Amino acid sequence: MINLKINNKEYNLDDIDPETPLLWALRDTLGLVGTKFGCGVAQCGACTILLNGQPGRGCQMPVGALEGIEITTVEGLAEEDGTLSALQQAWIDHDVPQCGYCQAGQLLAATSLLERNPSPSTEEIDTAMSGNICRCGTYTRIVSAIQSVAKDTGGAA
Amino acid sequence: MSQPIIDYSNPVAILNASKENAISLSRREFIKLAGASGSLVVGLSVLPGEVFAQSSNSTAELNTYVLINADNSIRIYAPNPEIGQGIKTALPMIVAEELDADWKQVIVESAPVAELYGRQAAGGSTSILTRWNEMRGMGAIARQMLVQAASDQWNLPASELSTQDSTVSHQGTGRSASYGELAAAAVKLPMPNVDQLEFKTPDQYKLLGTRITGVNNQEVVTGQPLFGIDTVVPGMLYANYVKCPVIGGKAVSANLDEIKALPGIKHAFIMPGTTDVSYFEVGSGDGVASGVAIVAESTWQAIKARRQLNVEWDTSNASDDNWDDFVEQATELAKGPGANVLDEKGDVTAALQNADKTVASTYSFGYVSHAQLEPQNCVADWKGDSVEVWAPTQTPSAAVNSLNKLLGIPKENITLHQIRAGGGFGRRLENDYAREAALISREIGVPVKLQWTREDDMAFDYFRPGGFYSLAGGLDQNGKLSVWDNHIIAPSVDGNSPGFAAGLRPPAYPRQLLDQYRFTQSLITYKTPTGFCRAPTSNTYAFVEQCFIHELADAAGRDHVEFLVETMVGMTGQGQGFARSPDRTRAVNVIQTVAKRANWGQSMPEGRALGLAFYYSHAGHIAEIADVSVDSAKKVTIHKVWVVADIGTVINLSGAENQCQGAVIDAISTMMAQEITMKDGQIEQTNFHQYPLLRSNNRPEIDVHFVDSGNSPTGMGEPAFPPLAPAVGNAIFAATGERARSLPISNLGFSI
Repeated sequence: MINLKINNKEYNLDDIDPETPLLWALRDTLGLVGTKFGCGVAQCGACTILLNGQPGRGCQMPVGALEGIEITTVEGLAEEDGTLSALQQAWIDHDVPQCGYCQAGQLLAATSLLERNPSPSTEEIDTAMSGNICRCGTYTRIVSAIQSVAKDTGGAA
Repeated sequence: MSQPIIDYSNPVAILNASKENAISLSRREFIKLAGASGSLVVGLSVLPGEVFAQSSNSTAELNTYVLINADNSIRIYAPNPEIGQGIKTALPMIVAEELDADWKQVIVESAPVAELYGRQAAGGSTSILTRWNEMRGMGAIARQMLVQAASDQWNLPASELSTQDSTVSHQGTGRSASYGELAAAAVKLPMPNVDQLEFKTPDQYKLLGTRITGVNNQEVVTGQPLFGIDTVVPGMLYANYVKCPVIGGKAVSANLDEIKALPGIKHAFIMPGTTDVSYFEVGSGDGVASGVAIVAESTWQAIKARRQLNVEWDTSNASDDNWDDFVEQATELAKGPGANVLDEKGDVTAALQNADKTVASTYSFGYVSHAQLEPQNCVADWKGDSVEVWAPTQTPSAAVNSLNKLLGIPKENITLHQIRAGGGFGRRLENDYAREAALISREIGVPVKLQWTREDDMAFDYFRPGGFYSLAGGLDQNGKLSVWDNHIIAPSVDGNSPGFAAGLRPPAYPRQLLDQYRFTQSLITYKTPTGFCRAPTSNTYAFVEQCFIHELADAAGRDHVEFLVETMVGMTGQGQGFARSPDRTRAVNVIQTVAKRANWGQSMPEGRALGLAFYYSHAGHIAEIADVSVDSAKKVTIHKVWVVADIGTVINLSGAENQCQGAVIDAISTMMAQEITMKDGQIEQTNFHQYPLLRSNNRPEIDVHFVDSGNSPTGMGEPAFPPLAPAVGNAIFAATGERARSLPISNLGFSI
């Protein structure tokens, strides 16, 4: 049995291969399908999750190595009452998504960025977000959405 | 070679295929029917022509788009697949505009897949154009019935009533009623005459042209199940399907017993396949590649097990393509015109000899993959004599036909759910993954989710074809274009006709301008499957044509804007939907507007310049300018791109702008460093580390502007893609004097 702490909840995974990447455990075992499969080789960022607040690749993290670590997925970004995080709301207000497939990973990367650096420059945003591919090319809006939240928290856009 | 059902590179063919959606309202009849108590359902029978005369009998099938509930919520069905192009938001907006619905109370759902909805597909940027009248009619007729209901109740003339925000009101008496309050009465009224529907004029639009956020953005940002890959069915198993790396190879034997002994593996078996993969029929074909199915209790178990799979492949009839060989043959062929003359006017050879100046160039481009971010997947549930399928496809209607042919069961026994796709770009016009999933489920008798890996996706694409063009052009003593000779060298599966999306009919432009014109073709036999990719053929030919025009302008010593505008003389598209040529007025307007916005003619620092291109595709007139600098190491920086688009009435300003911004990023990705190559029939690239997509740190600033030309609306999914590469290529030339004539330009030593 492997015990994981995901979005402040405890999950017990019985009979799971400890080599199973967190990505597939989330999707197939726990039904948390917001984390997406894009490449399987840590290139695209669709499976980005936060491990103790730091962005990681769900496709590269075996569940056997994750006990005791605070895991955050896109399902854990909103408040328990459903109130969206400022970034989630900005994503809607700026109509960021096209297909939307990469956006969970983008949101987690952005969340981590603003926690580390509440008022990033445009260049810092682009650099921080460059681990996450958007095949539809929504980068312009991703940056705008992040900047709007950075402003809201008192940071310079 | 099988011909595609619909040629997505040919706008006329798309329009013909879509005509049942594009017909005037008078050829259909609107039907109202009482749905649930208190609901108004506006529907449309699509039983065609004479058959429809009998449709008032109890057997006539109806479909429904608009449903008004007593609580004032309004459900609008979106008939076409959402693949990231925003159609699930845009089509219901058209209904809501004519209905005067309060958008906040609108609930959009994907329509079921059924013949009653006409051609349900996402391809060729056609959905807006072909459904415009239908969607407007849906809203207008529902509004008219609600107004009539109020008129009857209040004993006031309908002409004195107005509608706004899902409410009917009368100014004189101050009376008002919500649509929800009127719906029950409205359904009892006779059907309005659909030939006399009055539509709003653009100045009356309240919703169209505004920025509306995507109807499923809440689910996207909270990670709710939305995509094909998120589908879960009770009792479902998880499959991988391993095909021969050499395209077209067949599985002979495999260590199946060893695989079946691995943890969680429930089944492992060979599927013989049905045909040579190169001969798949687009969308509704029934071809299935040979391979080994591994079915497990989880996706990871299947992926892990395939690492221990050993297969003996028979490659005797498989592809033996080598890209180096293609390049060698094409380079030789490009030295002169092609033997096969497709179109000719005047004596081109003599005209070139007599020209004041001539320019001759060869352009080329490699194969590329669609690389939509969600790898192919499909859930299929075989139930003995029927099948239920959840497919993230661009062609749900064709998928039903495909499964009908493959499985030999009637169409009414096939239930296909259209599911949001994590990108399409033309790859999901094909339904190969749905066929594989259906066969695997039939074999094991339980529902199965087939999941391709990224490596599967890159190896078994229907690639955008590579090709060569050799061109010669002549200028008269006034520096005016006088002759054009164009030789296309294209891959062909059968040796007789170009592969899918690999050919180009003789383009109208700049033919009208010229008394001497020639278009010739050479084919190179090549087996790698090709297919339609965002703005098919335009996505490569725009680069060739618009860079060559710039070469000619430069040879003439003339300003590019002025020269390009001059070549538009005689263009008579007149904005009539999918005319095969641009409309001169619209083309010149977007070219001159983009030049003004980008301050064309401004002085630029050394190594930095503006580049211009125009292209007409998918009924859109688009001009783009790129501001580019190139350093001594040939590192390219694209500072800014201006896009000016005339797509007629803009439906969703946010969505249309998003498509332009995305197409610019996509086109930069594609021109810079993306290339699929073949070695002995096998694709050499396996994943994104060998097939780079543009990332945020290399994005340019993008300025998008829509011209309001008063034309009816057309699609925006594709037409902003083609002009980008020539705009950047022309800027690189202007900045450096080096002409990039081959894509990707990374092969020429450029980097980004």
